[in-house]
Amino acid sequence: MKYAFRRLSALLLTMLIVSLCTFAAFSGISGSAAEARLGTQATPERVAALREELGLNRPFAVRYAEWLSGFATGNLGDSLTYRQNVGELLRDKVLVSLLLSGMSFALIVLCSIPLSLLVVRWAGTSLDVAHTLWNQFCMSVPPFFTGLLLSWVFGVALHWFTPGAFPGLSRTGEALHFLLFPAVAIAIPRIAMTVRMLRGTLLRELNRDYVRTAISRGSDRNSVLRRHVLKNALTPAVAFLAQMMAEIVAGVIVVEQVFGIPGLGRMLVVSISNRDYPVVQAIVVILAFWVVASNTAADLINVRIDPRLALRDE
Amino acid sequence: MKRTLLALFLGAALFCGLLTGCGSGGNPSAPNEQEAASPALADELYVGIAQDLDSLDPHKMVAAGTKEIMFNVFEGLVKPAPSGDLLPALAENWTISEDRLAYTFHLRPGVKFHNGAIVTAPDVVYSLERVSGASGAADIVAVDALSNIAAMETPDEMTVILRLAEPSNEFLSYLTAAVIPADYDEQDIAPVGTGPFRFVSRTAQESVVLERFDDYWGGAAALKTVTCRVIENADSIMMSLQSGAVDLFAHLTITQAQQLTGDFAIEQGAMNLVQALYLNNAVEPFNDVRVRQALCYAVDKESIIDLAFDGFGFPIGSSMYPAFTKYFDNELTDYYPHDTSKAKELLAAAGYPDGFSMTITVPSNYQPHLDTAQVLVEQLKEIGVRAEILPVEWETWLNETYIGRNFESTVIGVDASTMTARALLERFTSTAGNNFINYNNEAYDNLFKQAQSCTNDDEQTEVYRAMERNLTENAANVYIQDMADLLAVRHGLTGVRFYPIYVLDLYGIHWES
Amino acid sequence: MSALTRASPFGMNREMMKRNYYLCAGLALTGVLAAVTLVGFFWTPYDSAAMSADKFLPPCAAHIFGTDNFGRDIFSRVMEGAGTSFMIALSTIVIGASGGIVLGAVTGYFGGLADEILIRVGDALTAFPSILLALVVISLLGPGKPVNLVISLGLVFIPGFARVTRAAYAEAREINYVKSVRLMGASHARIMLVHILPNTAPVLLSALTIGFNNAVLAEASMSYLGIGVTPPDASLGYMLSEAQSVFGRAPWYALSTGGVMILFLFGVGLIGEGLRVREGEIL
Repeated sequence: MKYAFRRLSALLLTMLIVSLCTFAAFSGISGSAAEARLGTQATPERVAALREELGLNRPFAVRYAEWLSGFATGNLGDSLTYRQNVGELLRDKVLVSLLLSGMSFALIVLCSIPLSLLVVRWAGTSLDVAHTLWNQFCMSVPPFFTGLLLSWVFGVALHWFTPGAFPGLSRTGEALHFLLFPAVAIAIPRIAMTVRMLRGTLLRELNRDYVRTAISRGSDRNSVLRRHVLKNALTPAVAFLAQMMAEIVAGVIVVEQVFGIPGLGRMLVVSISNRDYPVVQAIVVILAFWVVASNTAADLINVRIDPRLALRDE
Repeated sequence: MKRTLLALFLGAALFCGLLTGCGSGGNPSAPNEQEAASPALADELYVGIAQDLDSLDPHKMVAAGTKEIMFNVFEGLVKPAPSGDLLPALAENWTISEDRLAYTFHLRPGVKFHNGAIVTAPDVVYSLERVSGASGAADIVAVDALSNIAAMETPDEMTVILRLAEPSNEFLSYLTAAVIPADYDEQDIAPVGTGPFRFVSRTAQESVVLERFDDYWGGAAALKTVTCRVIENADSIMMSLQSGAVDLFAHLTITQAQQLTGDFAIEQGAMNLVQALYLNNAVEPFNDVRVRQALCYAVDKESIIDLAFDGFGFPIGSSMYPAFTKYFDNELTDYYPHDTSKAKELLAAAGYPDGFSMTITVPSNYQPHLDTAQVLVEQLKEIGVRAEILPVEWETWLNETYIGRNFESTVIGVDASTMTARALLERFTSTAGNNFINYNNEAYDNLFKQAQSCTNDDEQTEVYRAMERNLTENAANVYIQDMADLLAVRHGLTGVRFYPIYVLDLYGIHWES
Repeated sequence: MSALTRASPFGMNREMMKRNYYLCAGLALTGVLAAVTLVGFFWTPYDSAAMSADKFLPPCAAHIFGTDNFGRDIFSRVMEGAGTSFMIALSTIVIGASGGIVLGAVTGYFGGLADEILIRVGDALTAFPSILLALVVISLLGPGKPVNLVISLGLVFIPGFARVTRAAYAEAREINYVKSVRLMGASHARIMLVHILPNTAPVLLSALTIGFNNAVLAEASMSYLGIGVTPPDASLGYMLSEAQSVFGRAPWYALSTGGVMILFLFGVGLIGEGLRVREGEIL
């Protein structure tokens, strides 16, 4: 319990730092971006009026505090391009992107565990080489390239889904069906990575004395593998998978473009080009929070599996 | 061993099941091909648009692509017809006084706004005042020509009299400006007009939904809902069409159109745009007329049209496109024949014997302009000019290049917002707010003034032609072409009409039963 | 950590090479691709920018990858595009690795407060998706310029390298050999450079291969998003985004461009695999 509290406060602290850095980085230039908007009509009076309107004349700490509380109240300021509340603008897009990253994550977990149990048996055989090569190959395929192929084969040729026509979250079934394809594109290289990592961990564990002893004592190799080895390999695996969330989110940003999914990725790219900084900083903090939160969740899960971990960084 | 294999197979089977089953009710043997290839309902339409709307307020729109769609939501006293004529819209008829200074409009009785209110004279007065820039918010894109209105009178609820400061031959064409309800201040988020479609919702970077307005004065449209999907990423346009995500897409490149076999009919019209390499006349080295002329000689329009547009396109030589037969002067088209040695001479004379470096800013959502720019770079290389393409997002282009005038050169198509020569030519007068190339030529300004005081239409046409010649002779820009407008229309969809201005009229479009 | 012998950082003798098939295959594949790319800097079969009327030719003897929508030879463009991608990835790695190694070595070797701070900041930064971080940096610097792309990617890669190096140096600091060298009067700089660095080489080399691949992928993703390389320059990522729009007409464009990119990443990945095998990691 104490550990959970510590982890959660660390999470809050990290997010405070991340949001402060983001806000500081963007607040300097968002004023000038707003001024650039006036273009040829920029007179000192108009600039002053605009700064007043955007509230840029108030102290930094006040603006930061106000913005931060916006994450709770939903008031994150207005988009410079859309003249719409940022929270309103992003609400659905956040859910879409998080759902997609969650599905990719689920696919990775579901596929890589049975696969790694399989390949661990191949160690030292000729299949091992084939598997390593195949694994390396899968890691080398950029998700957006896979996405491109998937969308043409399953979308345009086979009509299993309609790229570019995301049905919206209100039609949950269809939305999940649609998102499965981008999720596969994101998951493939990560599954390969996870399988390799799990295989290494399992082999290391299998070489330990207790396993050898158990097997030499006549225990069934399979049951040792499942009962003890897998359990011991679990904590590094959970930590590894959690770290993968950052890369999954990176994949989501790019792959959304391929499939025409109205998520945060498209919005982020467009807002960066438009210098719509209120939107950019909100998206950055949201995605960072998602990554940090999944890391924290992984730590908490790991402590449940192996309570000794709680003592390690006392 | 066996168990793990089993688990693996189960996993794989589950995976495949998910891939095929989910959406079609767990019946993988019935692919929903039918569903994808034709719309679920015969009165729904999905239109792809290449850029998000810049504003919903009809008086604040800048982008042609926005006006193109919102043409279906807003109307003025008169509206353009595909033939190029002006048809009565909110005004049922009108009379013009002998001295051409008073226009009396009789409003069509019983016309409703989308919010249910009846259109009355005060609404018209409010709208014209607002769009002329005389009142209201600062970000109104003022139509300068309407400042010619000296006074507006409303003798009764259904009559508006406009008194002009001076006679004008083109005044009527500016009355296509949208009429909106008086004192309704939410046009920015929930626009209200009188057109055949009403605005339902808009999701940034995703879609704009329009719905049939059943009380439309001309009779309800055939389509019930029209969803415009924003596809700014040019790479996904083809996929969206072929997958069935959109049924109609305008302004395709020839390359794209040729890929669409089977499901689509390709309709061809003219874009009615002046596509050119627009040069910022106020920055080095383009402030030197010889440099601009050199670029004109260096650029081979025909080869651009051949390479990037498979020969589809109409070469032009000034800020006028062929659809304006009255004003278009074909002699100007070949004023600068392709001649690299001449170009090099001019460059040397201007002090750039070894050429120079320049950037061409291009909005990245317009593939045709990007393609054109790529050919331009190659052609300019031949005279030693090292051009670099800077692709920017559309909104950035609008703010930085067009409004901010912070650029060296840009490839873009400029359209006419109303069906007049003035709409194309006024922008190059030195004081025009939209003179984004900073063209500054006294003779040109004087010609424009002269054109405004003409009482005779033929005389005015001559002056406008002289203005075009002025632009060509001074090489204000490197004029290229009026692009062919290729429109992909899914089979079964009919009623697309082309206009001499940049609009997509959804009113007549319907699915054949 | 293997015993601290003064092995050459690239100390792989013939015997090792013979048995390390991954390394051999990786080096061979990467070598061939790199050679073709290098040639591309000086010579391509056709002028990669020259447009012609032969549009959308499928692969044939004259154009082994076919031609694109402007009639440009795709093979020539791929040679040049691979060069651009390669150079950007390399510059990124140079920035990321040199920054990261210096930072990691100093903090890892000396420890203390700076070390503590670096670990915390590094942890926070590695939690960020690399592309997100690069996008943020590039939005601060201004998009559309290749230099800004390289800088932003380079900065993003610093924490990863710093982390790996720091761990190796922190470990080495405690080893008796290093302590005794110190007692013999060697300066800190000399210890860090001469005595520890060669021994971290295996770890660093492996990190370099992974970093290189990530840099290639990141560049490709950014260019695909339209915030990276701009025409008429072409990188593999930019070409892929171009190829997507003509996929229905000329699938060979996307397949050949993507294929070359995958082979490149595959080759470097195999080298990394081989290095890990050499390190005696269980595979």
